[in-house]
Amino acid sequence: MCSLALFPPPLPSGQVTLYEANNELVSGGSPDCYEKQHWEPPSLNFPRETLKPHSRPESSSKAAFLDHKDTLWMRSAGAWRDAGLSGLLDEITNSAEEVPKWLTVSSGCVLALLRWMSSFHGSLFPHLTLSGEEMAAEFSQVLDWSDSAVRSFAWHPHTDKFAVALLDDSIKIYNSRSATAPTLKHRLQRNVSAMQWKPLCASALAVACHTCLLVWHVDPTSLSTRPSSGCAQVLSHPGHSPVTSIAWSPSGSLLVSASPVDTAMMVWDVAAENCVPLQRVGGGGVTNVSWSPDGSRLLAATPSALFRVWETRMWTCERWPCLKGRCQSGCWSPDGSRLLFSVQGEMVIYALTFSDMTGGPKSAAVVADLSETTFSGTGGEITVGGEVQSLAWDPSGERLAVLLKGNAESSGHSAIIAVFKTRSSPVFELLPCGFVRGEAGAEPRLIQFHPHFQHGALLTVCWSNGRISHVPFYFVSVGRSHSFGSPPLPRFTSKTEDYNMHTLYTEHIS
Amino acid sequence: MPSCAESSWFARKVVRWRATASVSWSVLLLPATTMLFIFLIRFQLFHPIQWTSECLGLLTAASTIFSLLLLSGVVLVIGFFNLEYYTVVPSIPCSRVALLAKVLHPRQCVHSLVHCTVGMVVMWCASVMAGGRYRTLGFPCTHSESSSGAHDACLNEYHLFFLLAGAFMGYSHSFLGVVQNMNYVSFQIIQQYKYLRFKGSLPWVVKCSAVQSLYSVRNYVALYFFFGHIPRAWISNTLNLQIDSSLHSLDSLAGLLDFSLLYHLWISGTFLLFTWYITVLLFRIYVTESYSFPVQSTFAEDAEQCLPKVLAEKNTLIMKFLALQDLALLSQHSPSRRQEVFSLSQPGGHPHNWNAISKECLALLNELMQRLVAHHDAVASNGRAKPPSASSDARSSSETSVSSVVMSGTEDLPQTPRPSVLMRTPGSVFLKSSNRSVGSPVTAPFTPDLDSPFSTPALRRLAPQPGPQQATWFSSVQSPHVMRRGPKLWSASTDSQTNGSATASPAPAPSSPPPEQKPSFIAQWLQNRKEQVRGFLAKRVLVVYLFNKLPEASSQALFADGQAHIWALEGLSHLVASSFSEDKYGVVQTTLPSILGSMLSLQEAVDRHFKLPHASSKPVKTSCSLGDSTYKTLRFALRAALKTAIYRITSTFGEHLNAVCISAEHQKRLQQFMEFKE
Repeated sequence: MCSLALFPPPLPSGQVTLYEANNELVSGGSPDCYEKQHWEPPSLNFPRETLKPHSRPESSSKAAFLDHKDTLWMRSAGAWRDAGLSGLLDEITNSAEEVPKWLTVSSGCVLALLRWMSSFHGSLFPHLTLSGEEMAAEFSQVLDWSDSAVRSFAWHPHTDKFAVALLDDSIKIYNSRSATAPTLKHRLQRNVSAMQWKPLCASALAVACHTCLLVWHVDPTSLSTRPSSGCAQVLSHPGHSPVTSIAWSPSGSLLVSASPVDTAMMVWDVAAENCVPLQRVGGGGVTNVSWSPDGSRLLAATPSALFRVWETRMWTCERWPCLKGRCQSGCWSPDGSRLLFSVQGEMVIYALTFSDMTGGPKSAAVVADLSETTFSGTGGEITVGGEVQSLAWDPSGERLAVLLKGNAESSGHSAIIAVFKTRSSPVFELLPCGFVRGEAGAEPRLIQFHPHFQHGALLTVCWSNGRISHVPFYFVSVGRSHSFGSPPLPRFTSKTEDYNMHTLYTEHIS
Repeated sequence: MPSCAESSWFARKVVRWRATASVSWSVLLLPATTMLFIFLIRFQLFHPIQWTSECLGLLTAASTIFSLLLLSGVVLVIGFFNLEYYTVVPSIPCSRVALLAKVLHPRQCVHSLVHCTVGMVVMWCASVMAGGRYRTLGFPCTHSESSSGAHDACLNEYHLFFLLAGAFMGYSHSFLGVVQNMNYVSFQIIQQYKYLRFKGSLPWVVKCSAVQSLYSVRNYVALYFFFGHIPRAWISNTLNLQIDSSLHSLDSLAGLLDFSLLYHLWISGTFLLFTWYITVLLFRIYVTESYSFPVQSTFAEDAEQCLPKVLAEKNTLIMKFLALQDLALLSQHSPSRRQEVFSLSQPGGHPHNWNAISKECLALLNELMQRLVAHHDAVASNGRAKPPSASSDARSSSETSVSSVVMSGTEDLPQTPRPSVLMRTPGSVFLKSSNRSVGSPVTAPFTPDLDSPFSTPALRRLAPQPGPQQATWFSSVQSPHVMRRGPKLWSASTDSQTNGSATASPAPAPSSPPPEQKPSFIAQWLQNRKEQVRGFLAKRVLVVYLFNKLPEASSQALFADGQAHIWALEGLSHLVASSFSEDKYGVVQTTLPSILGSMLSLQEAVDRHFKLPHASSKPVKTSCSLGDSTYKTLRFALRAALKTAIYRITSTFGEHLNAVCISAEHQKRLQQFMEFKE
């Protein structure tokens, strides 16, 4: 098992990780101080100050404009439309002088009953008491989502093109081959918590929003910088909002969306705009979905200490009750046989290995220990480690980036990215590679690997100061031809026996 | 279909057993729903103990058992009708008159009649189980003035009210079935086990039946308020029952605004619809369950059950669809079965399996392309979707130049027939195809005006309608011009008659074939008369209303069997993509150019089609109903599947595709795909 103590010490503040070459991370004083060996996407900067978040609170400012001389009927209808049954009851209870007394009393009673029931429900599933925005922040893969300048980031799976969702609810698309950067805005595009490009398609971008799911069709040859909102398809289903996570099937035919308040996960046929809900009650919702790269399995995390792994042929699922806390993040190996995941409240990475022969794993094994470790260097003591915010595995399966939450209180303990080398034969193991540091004072918020980088792996990092940078890892992957021999990797792990085996057990429930 | 049942082993062995299983499950579910129904209809808020004991007592009563038997019979009848009437290709009426003809079709009349009867039976059972004032049709009169006679039986209007409600709901179920295409069976986008699928859609069925029952109750009560006295008088006369004048009659406001009556009616209606919907749902789930056909068989007698043979099947559409679905699934999920597809025959070494499968899929795609081209030609030649009244002045010169056929339906055309010069915008498919069809009678002067208000492509849709399984698909397989030779405005009345009497053959001959070869004086005269009649009729509002084309209906009708093409595309593209690493003998390479060629041509044709008006407008979301509306968006799904299929091939093969010899036009298009610019 790999632990952070085996890592080379992190860079002192002021140094920036530039790239990896010959198995070493190279650092420099500023992000642009080296000659780029190959093409690299441009780094961008979105200063936090220039972006204005939506000031609209969730319950809109309608009360300020509402004509209060409306009849009770009108107000009731409005309340029903805006806030449903509880709003209607509230309206009736509050206008005691206009309605008969029995109606006021009975609606007050029903309202109290409803509130009691919802509080009971909320005590079972505490996340239901959060507002939509808080929920997106809670379950997002982005660290400190509500304050981050970059809310979401998505590489196109086939071309050098990416989309960036910003704090002001706009999405910008950058293409290496064209100078125009279209900006996507839509009335319903609020609180973007996830984005993904459709595989095997040039134009479709799915966006998980506050109330619905948007699928933009951005013509790659168009020169327009503001595609109209007619280019966006709105997919919504009653009770299925806010959408916090989406995943396209690798074959490009299906889209899965998840909402923490809806126990059903939606499988969409986007073009035909129809969906099949896959309902499983346990867990109280679905927070995060992730499709394995070969398309055979799907990870669905819930807000409770439970996650499911669906097989996508007959759509049955395995239940995995976790030990502690909910599954925060997960990622699949390129062949879809191995799932790494992290659990909230635990500082370890678990691995599950699936194979078609044995019918699935029985327990999860710990593959990395991320507990806090202190390095003392020239610039004082630096503490790294903690809970995992998100995991990202590069498409060749050789590098694993882990975004570790820091501790806001202590100064020397900020969020950091730890990069592991991964090896699957003879046994699966993680080997330390190094820490990725950004500019002074910048914390990483979001990590993603480029889906088809030719010379190794390319990690895209969005920082808290609004900068988006790209860290290349140059190596020759095992799957590609060996034109020149890579030096043997140093082995840091020797004993694999003394794991403190945290095992999780599964129940097979369809 | 009964006609195919004798011939096809599949209908005999598989579909019939699936239908039987679904019906037996719905019969098995009946006691549970009946129990629930009894508890709901006997509900008493203030006497819970009495309510429970009464209901428990009723559960074992002889009348309940008898009702259950009757209800089982009803479910059997409904299941039989499901089996006989289901279709996997919806028939889409293109105008209101076609819809009307569909409703009045004898086959549909039988359906409605049986559903009316069966609805009455269910409501009779419901009234027996409800007990109390609903129980019997007659009751001894209580009023004083007729105390003398022994035959003093009075009509129980509540019972009659329930029975008629059953008939009404049965009819409205049957009617809505036509309007919403309830007999259309669609396939799900994902595979699920039957039990899980049933469990997942159960809440939705409950909601649907409750909502639909609410609507039915509303309509029925309104109807009864106005016309209720007619059946009441008739029944009391025939059965010699008196009408008790001391009670309120039900066709009055006071009689109908009885909350408990409406509640009972609503619950009974929900029960009725729920049992029927469950039967439909189970039937759909069973029939659309995927079926695994063997790719090749070692025994010669099983050869007709193998995938390559089954794909070429033309008569049993459900089998063809399931085979295509199986092809799509195997191409994605099972490497071992893919190996069988790519394998060579043992003596001889021919890739028979792959050849047969790819040929069949390509034939499907080409057929769709030709259909689209023919439609596009027809629309383009007649001016684009002109509105019925404002067409004449809105016609621009550019459009007339595009329109190639003489008999376009506008009044102010020059009297001399223009030479039928084919002037089309350049486009490979369209140019080629039009050239191909020049020799055929397609472009003869009397091409029907497909887009005019009075042409009734709907009626041509209706022609193969007696066998719904044979809808649209095969009539257009034969040749594109069969469908273009549909009935025209000026013969619309005769055509609707012939079609209405269900003796139609797939190729109705025009009733008065004018001399086609040389536009002589007579032809011109006929033409003028025709225009006059047309102009006269165009001013009648009702006629316009009935014959006006429903927007986007023609587009929907073109893609009615789109699911088959989607599977063919998925299957082909997955097979081709996996052949990159799995095809040892290079079997696929020989057909790769033709596969790419037909996909790209189809892509072009589909792109063209979506430029037509109404083609890309989205249908409105339907409210809660059991009718499946997936056919309305099939064209979008097909467009997306087509693009994905091409991208799947280009992204797998990459630069190697440059070595494939296809036409320069296609090469250029392919390049766009390889650069992800489509």
